[in-house]
Amino acid sequence: MIKEYQTVKEIFGPIVFVEDIQDAAYNETVDIIMPSGEKLKGQVLESSRGLAAVQVFGATTGLDTKTTRIRFSGETLQLPVSDDMLGRVFDGTGQPIDKGAPVVSKEKRDINGFAINPYARASPHDFIQTGVSTIDALNTLVRGQKLPIFSTAGLPHNELAVQIARQATVRGKDEDFVVVFAAMGITNAEAQFFMKDFEKTGALERAVLFLNLANDPSIERLITPRMALTTAEYLAYEKDMQVLVVMTDMTNYCDALREIAAARQEVPGRRGYPGYMYTDLASIYERAGTIKGRKGTVTQLPILTMPEEDITHPIPDLTGYITEGQIVLSRELHRKTIYPNVDVLPSLSRLMNAGIGSNRTREDHAGVSSQLYASYAQGRDLRQLVAVVGEEALSAKDKKFLKFADQFEKRFVQQGRHENRSIEQSLDLGWELLSEIPEDELKRVKTEHLEKYGRKFRAGGKK
Amino acid sequence: MGKLAKISGPVIVAEGMSGSQMNEVVKVGDQELLGEIISLKYDRASIQVYEDTSGLKPGDAVVGTGAPLQVELGPGLLKAVFDGIQRPLDVIQEKTGAFIQRGVNIPALDIKKKWEFEAMAKKGDAVGPGDVLGTVQETNITHQILVPPMVKAGTLSWIKSGKYTVREGVAHIGKTEVGLSHLWSVRKPRPVKEKLRFANPLVTGKRIIDTFFPMAKGGAGAIPGPFGSGKTVNQQDLAKYSDAQIIVYIGCGERGNEMTEVLTEFPQLEDPKTKKPLMERTVLIANTSNMPVAAREASVYTGITLAEYYRDMGYSVALMADSTSRWAEAMREISGRMEEMPGEEGYPAYLGRKLAEFYERAGKVQCLGSPDREGSVTVVGAVSPAGGDISEPVSQGTLRITKVFWALDANLSRRRHYPAINWLKSYSLYDGELEDWYAQNVAKEFYPLRAKAMNLLQKEEELQNIVQLIGPDALPDKERLVLEATKMIREDFLQQNSFDPDDAYTSPQKQYWMIKTILHYYDKANDALATDVSLEKILSAKAREEISKLKRIPEKQVKTTCEQIQKDFEHALR
Repeated sequence: MIKEYQTVKEIFGPIVFVEDIQDAAYNETVDIIMPSGEKLKGQVLESSRGLAAVQVFGATTGLDTKTTRIRFSGETLQLPVSDDMLGRVFDGTGQPIDKGAPVVSKEKRDINGFAINPYARASPHDFIQTGVSTIDALNTLVRGQKLPIFSTAGLPHNELAVQIARQATVRGKDEDFVVVFAAMGITNAEAQFFMKDFEKTGALERAVLFLNLANDPSIERLITPRMALTTAEYLAYEKDMQVLVVMTDMTNYCDALREIAAARQEVPGRRGYPGYMYTDLASIYERAGTIKGRKGTVTQLPILTMPEEDITHPIPDLTGYITEGQIVLSRELHRKTIYPNVDVLPSLSRLMNAGIGSNRTREDHAGVSSQLYASYAQGRDLRQLVAVVGEEALSAKDKKFLKFADQFEKRFVQQGRHENRSIEQSLDLGWELLSEIPEDELKRVKTEHLEKYGRKFRAGGKK
Repeated sequence: MGKLAKISGPVIVAEGMSGSQMNEVVKVGDQELLGEIISLKYDRASIQVYEDTSGLKPGDAVVGTGAPLQVELGPGLLKAVFDGIQRPLDVIQEKTGAFIQRGVNIPALDIKKKWEFEAMAKKGDAVGPGDVLGTVQETNITHQILVPPMVKAGTLSWIKSGKYTVREGVAHIGKTEVGLSHLWSVRKPRPVKEKLRFANPLVTGKRIIDTFFPMAKGGAGAIPGPFGSGKTVNQQDLAKYSDAQIIVYIGCGERGNEMTEVLTEFPQLEDPKTKKPLMERTVLIANTSNMPVAAREASVYTGITLAEYYRDMGYSVALMADSTSRWAEAMREISGRMEEMPGEEGYPAYLGRKLAEFYERAGKVQCLGSPDREGSVTVVGAVSPAGGDISEPVSQGTLRITKVFWALDANLSRRRHYPAINWLKSYSLYDGELEDWYAQNVAKEFYPLRAKAMNLLQKEEELQNIVQLIGPDALPDKERLVLEATKMIREDFLQQNSFDPDDAYTSPQKQYWMIKTILHYYDKANDALATDVSLEKILSAKAREEISKLKRIPEKQVKTTCEQIQKDFEHALR
């Protein structure tokens, strides 16, 4: 039932108060018809007798209290979904911007989705090969996981995201792998970069893009990821596809959330972000998953830029509490011109153990990963010591660890932007680098694995 | 019946609600969404709704049920998976599929299933609240059917063994019918005869906990830490290996995949003592972060009420709440929507009181009724402080009331030192009460040994500051030996791998032998240094390597292995 009113009482930032209305439903969508005839979308934030607060997904510039018309739809925000959406580009509210026709479909989905019943979830354990050594070997991504990239301004997180999107495969299986891409508040140049890369590599046909750019209305950003995830869920659970959802930049999303909270004069939490930001972010991140009895899965790769490189800032902090690990990019490595500049020490994949081993990757994976990690950590500690006491003070053994840390960064972490390494290549490379370390220091690998995979790289070769 | 007047997120305001009570449960709108009255002003009631409120409109009907939020207590709770307001998630899945829809009203317990009730009391017995009427074999756990606390004492006029559903009467006390199940308000602690002093530990099999920071059965503890420091793994380990008879595990506002992990793992894992699947003694409450926030607020109360119910039967119950910070945030969100005056960091001013009330429901008790029995509820709450900084209100409010503090440390987890519990920051105030137990059940010298080990660790911290400046080689041998010994304590004792079946559980006896052997090494090496034996010779002895293997030595061989290591080491020093 559609009802229209011309009774705007107050406009305050992105919020419009409408009075003398029949009762509006909480969260129902609204069309706002501006005096110029231009149409905006909105959503009811608060409803009471005869009064509704509406958040406007667009700039409120040009709205007035006299002639602006508000049309209540009687429905919550829905997105028509279909597999024709593959290969298409939409704006942040789901309108096509690629000059193609609008998506026509009888299937409409509430963009807020519904929570997956924890009882219906299957535990994620299928290894996704991204071709990036630091991820595959040390912070393994599995299907149904949500693994964010923690970056900061000026680092090549977009390049890494594109590389992962391009290279990600589930090995040994011939399955539909598609990418749903949600951009929130990124610059036009960045959007061009993504589009161009997707087009060039032919990935666009297997992708759905939702683009909200830096100069698009910020409040739109609140619905962009939900549009993307609604599409992803449809493709995964109805069309049996393996969906990777890349969302960038979650920091802009959170800022939009703060903007609305401030406009509503809510009690602010840490750094002005609303107290319910954890719940709100969870309603996005928790939409990753695998479900018993369904073939398709939704895997998430959100990207966020940490303000002031501060990992305790509310945005990375709350994200880390919800997601299953994090990939942390380092400015120091970037300065050393190492790409991808993944700092493996603070990075973590919580679901890694479920996705690796003899049936999934290789039997020596856990051991190699743990050994590389420990040896690199030791090398990094020694670097600090060298800064104080000088390299001459180190023992011969310590010098080997120091050298290992350098080689690890230069050869294992660093790889080409189009270099797609198989997991075997990554693990073998690990063994090769470990060959510089005395055998009695390799406490985390099993002897039989060392013989089988590592021996050939060690001086003297076969024993 | 009232009418909806205002909706803002999970909190709604209804008018025409005169006659309603605080905390009364109401049904809202056509879908009869459940809610609870959280404030009243004349005939206006503020209501927190346990489901998503999208689509509700002013004018929608709001109907009171006349009762507060209650749970149904009876056989069938074990092995179940409930949401925050005790709706069984497996049944919801059957009804609405993989995604949770709104307005599903289903009973908590299977009301069709027949249970074999065996009467213990006889007709003509005088019985009162808490008295045992009979038993039902629930899983491998025997479920005691008690006279519910609210039933008046009287003479048993009828009782009969046989097969009953949970809602059928099995006995009459005077004219009151008593069934296998009854309802209890979640916000009201269940009564006990008296609270008792703590006397025995909750043995967890985790070396750092049992040896250095023990938890008492009936005690309350907190485990705060930043993300990635292992809160959930630690909580799950406690649920798996601790020697409680019943486990209540609350996933409060946490990840869906973690609950799936528990759901797939627990039925396959064995209780170390009974050898039955762990699930047989477990109740799960899963209100994940994307499920409604008001139900998250309720989940903690639902969990503790179920725990108290099994305590009343005389069981030792352990409750894990992961994470209480999400519960506190749910309170904050609702308080904010009610436009209450905020306290610290936007949390409501009553946060501290709510935390205290919750943790005080833990305890070791003399149960109500006869026969005499003791039960306990141990509560371990995970806390997720923002940025890992425990100066925030939830951590501080929790530490004021809990007696055990296991401080998770991001630096340790970054070094893959698990469990990442910081030994210099953690504490247990149950030390004194548990000393007798350890002296009698483990060894008289256990307490002095652990004190000595802790002193060494403290000393290490001081020495490390010097090492940072001048390098380890500049230290005198005596102090280098301290570093060697503490390295052994850290790596060979404190570090414990939950994913390694040989290492995941260590009995207190084995812990005693391990720590004893490490300290023996230190003492003897120290003596040797005094008699001019070189440090190089000491370190070259095989004992170090042997000690590092102790973790995996089977329990039965520990004593002989340790004695052998000690003997060999003494020999090597000669």
